Amino acid sequence: MTELTRLSLAAARDGLNAKKFTATELTRAHVDAVEKARALNAYLKETPEKALAAAAESDARLAKGEARPLEGLPLGIKDLYCTNGVETTAASRILEGFKPHYESTVTSQLWRDGAVMLGKLNLDEFAMGSSNETSAYGPVVSPWRRKGSDAKIVPGGSSGGSAAAVAAHLCLAATATDTGGSIRQPAAFTGTVGIKPTYGRCSRWGIVAFASSLDQAGAFGVKVRDCAILLSSICGLDPKDSTSVDLAVPDFEAALKDGVRGLKIGVPKEYRVDGMPEEIEALWQQGIDWLRAAGAEVAEVSLPHTHYALPAYYIVAPAEASSNLARYDGVRYGLRVDGKSIIEMYENTRGAGFGAEVRRRILIGTYVLSAGYYDAYYRKAQQVRSLIRRDFDQVFETFDAVLTPTAPSGAFGLDNVPDDPVTMYLNDIFTVTANMAGLPGISVPAGLDHQGLPLGLQVLGRPFDEGTLLRVAQAIEDAAQFKLAPPFNMRR
Amino acid sequence: MSVDQATVRRIAHLARVAVEDKEVEHLQGEINAILSFVEALSAVDVEGVEPMTSVLPMHLRMRQDEVTDGFIAADVVANAPEREDSFFVVPKVVE
Repeated sequence: MTELTRLSLAAARDGLNAKKFTATELTRAHVDAVEKARALNAYLKETPEKALAAAAESDARLAKGEARPLEGLPLGIKDLYCTNGVETTAASRILEGFKPHYESTVTSQLWRDGAVMLGKLNLDEFAMGSSNETSAYGPVVSPWRRKGSDAKIVPGGSSGGSAAAVAAHLCLAATATDTGGSIRQPAAFTGTVGIKPTYGRCSRWGIVAFASSLDQAGAFGVKVRDCAILLSSICGLDPKDSTSVDLAVPDFEAALKDGVRGLKIGVPKEYRVDGMPEEIEALWQQGIDWLRAAGAEVAEVSLPHTHYALPAYYIVAPAEASSNLARYDGVRYGLRVDGKSIIEMYENTRGAGFGAEVRRRILIGTYVLSAGYYDAYYRKAQQVRSLIRRDFDQVFETFDAVLTPTAPSGAFGLDNVPDDPVTMYLNDIFTVTANMAGLPGISVPAGLDHQGLPLGLQVLGRPFDEGTLLRVAQAIEDAAQFKLAPPFNMRR
Repeated sequence: MSVDQATVRRIAHLARVAVEDKEVEHLQGEINAILSFVEALSAVDVEGVEPMTSVLPMHLRMRQDEVTDGFIAADVVANAPEREDSFFVVPKVVE
């Protein structure tokens, strides 16, 4: 039955509807795969009983011809989404043992549509990181390896568990979140497709908050079509999130067939950064050629404030994080470490409960928001953000989408992760602009680097125009013919 | 701009995060590296530019001022590290 785990989400759905196999068989195959792949540390919590119970219900519905859009499809859920009665940790010690008594809006929509939860996926602590190494429960290992080497590779981050689980076929697809590239960079590192929709497309309610003006729910799949299917389920207005948008959710899957003929694609010259590896440059050019061959017009564009996006991000994100994470006080949920006074209890709890990266960002955020520095840092960064947004608005007056590499390199080894924070932050140099401007973005696997590790291309689009984004991504996928065959699975 | 060790201790206290003495110097170095990285923004002319306050141009929706939730005290305190009935218990605040 292991081949059932190799299906795309769309193929599994079609197979269930054609009664080629049952939801129970499909779920059982995934439960077994998850168990055998524990060495990857992709799942923080496995929920096999829950999954099989949901699958049985799905089989009953399928038998009656009452299948919902995601009926019986086993998914992994990033452990940043609150799930009713199932431990939700954000990969932090401070939330160890926390069992929400409510369900996030996004996951509740997945269950409404019949999906099956396999478990909760590992991530960087509070989604802060680009390698999944900041998780308090240990790093995730990518199923990929360098050619001729057994050295462990990072899956990227923060959604490293989601990326590794989809790449290793430990779920058909997964939820994730993207604050500065946390879906797209790991998608590129693992040869999977990852989409971050427009800010406001999905409700943030019930997702552990990192930086509220940047956080966005999204999805991972093996194929572009899988992301389109999930997107139609997770998007939509939620009265519980005042920034969620009241816009009709299109049938994203139906849009895929429209192709890219006549679309105008911009290639931003500012993304040609110093020291960019030649193979990234070559892949980008390959993407341009593919889109031209598919009938799109491609031309160079300018996004002059690109260079300032990452520095502005490292003011806005920590500032908002320091405010959001103030809630972890040892009183209402999670860890408590006692102290002589209530203040000392707060300090001890937060000192012990937060890891190094989270603590660093809280301190930076507290500093830039402190008296006398607000204008110099936060206000300035938000002004720069307006300029970044304006750059994109101008390009989108003429162009339908923008094509860039997803990350400045392929995945790095667990043994040579950069040890200074700023070098690590540079991983997000191409992805962070979409968060700063609230735009939708997708990463599609497009090739392998000289070490045999996946590389991705990123497409950015107009606000709420995920449909066009998916069409462009589909054209790249069709041309690239990328094979998702990480060595971990082949050895198994 | 850069921070000295006294400032590191001050912001750690403001953020209510316990920091051990031996960590202060290392944290100072990391914070200063990040502050020097974001210094790049000083090159941008933002004269007359409105700071972004809404990620996408949108109006916040109004809603009816009515109670839609509540009477779930047991759920609210269920995850508390220490509770008594439906109260959170904390160290003594007022002597």
